[in-house]
Amino acid sequence: MQSPETSALSLGGAFAAQFRRHLKVLLASPSDALNPLLFFLMVVTLFPIGLGPDPERLAVMAPGILWVVALLASLMVSARLFGSDYEDGSLEQMALAPQPLAWLAGAEIMANWVVSGVLLSLVSPLFALMLGLASHAIPILVLSLLMGSLSLVLVGAIGSALTVSIRRGGLLLSLLIIPLNVPVLVLGTNAVTEAILGGNSMSWLALQGALALFGLALAPFAVAAALRISLDS
Amino acid sequence: MGSPPWFYRVSGALVRWLLPVTAIVLILGALWGLLVAPPDFRQGNSYRIIYIHVPAAVVALAGYYVMAVAGAVSLIWRIKMADVAMRAVAPVGATLTAVALFTGAIWGKPTWGTWWVWDARITSMLILLFLYLGVVALFEAYENKAAAARACAVLSLVGMVNIPIIYKSVDWWYSLHQGASIRFTGASAIDASMLYPLLIMISGFYCLFTVAVLMNMRSELIWTHRQSGWLRDLSGERV
Repeated sequence: MQSPETSALSLGGAFAAQFRRHLKVLLASPSDALNPLLFFLMVVTLFPIGLGPDPERLAVMAPGILWVVALLASLMVSARLFGSDYEDGSLEQMALAPQPLAWLAGAEIMANWVVSGVLLSLVSPLFALMLGLASHAIPILVLSLLMGSLSLVLVGAIGSALTVSIRRGGLLLSLLIIPLNVPVLVLGTNAVTEAILGGNSMSWLALQGALALFGLALAPFAVAAALRISLDS
Repeated sequence: MGSPPWFYRVSGALVRWLLPVTAIVLILGALWGLLVAPPDFRQGNSYRIIYIHVPAAVVALAGYYVMAVAGAVSLIWRIKMADVAMRAVAPVGATLTAVALFTGAIWGKPTWGTWWVWDARITSMLILLFLYLGVVALFEAYENKAAAARACAVLSLVGMVNIPIIYKSVDWWYSLHQGASIRFTGASAIDASMLYPLLIMISGFYCLFTVAVLMNMRSELIWTHRQSGWLRDLSGERV
């Protein structure tokens, strides 16, 4: 019989395995990955209908609209981040694993970011064109969404971990994480607006990156603590 | 120390002593602020609402840190009373934040001509209210109250780390979106005749906050220990 030390995966191996497993789960039902995009498209459609089709006004509002919708779409993703793991017991296995729970949860968060945030950022130029966003601002939009969506999914993971054991926790989750996402929204819209005006967006993007890294360093520990509480309750 | 019966006894003595002090300080500050302090030469008497508005806002913000520190204590040392303290602060802090927003709106109408302005400070206070309400809602949602307290502790710590970031970002947001909004009048230093009653009111609000939190904690203790012996022994005398 092997001792637990030799049978246990290395940290990197565990991360990769967990990342792959979660990616497979997410891609097993493509509609789950595509629904947030569809939601994004529909809400983007609502704005010209609600605000009137004036292209100039929409172009000015486009950064705010795109970022608010990205934030709302991330709420949708966060609502079921740890749900299936909690229901089928894999969360308990993660908590019992020799690797730190924060590390394994981090792998899961990264897989989620790839499927939701990265995908959304890559598709976002399409939505930007629909709203008439200046074409030279589009690369900035993609960059800021890439980094901002990482912050969003990290904060969302904390909310998801806190509410996963609560029945119908979806609405509560929104209440918990919307105020925490205000900085992401401010930095993102300012970066894109600055780009539209022809200014230099680098400082906003740098702050956005700093926020994402800060979240990456700390959020997994909060997620792990919250997951253990949810498992105990 | 730290056991519920001990806390119940000590907090009882503290409340009995602090309650009259709070009443005296608040009455003194209110009378001074409302009757003795001179009217502002530009705003007339309407400025006097700052004797409610500013203390409420100051204590509301401090309250979040009290809640987060209590949360940290409960997570690290598993002290039961810190749990009780944390959940007792949340509704008091939320109420004070709401009072600050409400009195601000009342003051804004005659001064700025509008009830609500998307000013950096107002928006930050609104977000603070959301943070408090999130903690209250999360606590209510859990059926297991011990888990609820720990979940709220994690949430309030996350909120505490975020508050400076939120405030700074709202500042940036506001400085870029100034446009047609109304700004605070220049930072004219407040005159001593107006400042003293304000300081008295702020200390009065701190006392009020402490009394409210202690009384909240005591009623929580009575509810959770309603079956236990020490409380029955006490209720034979006086509670």
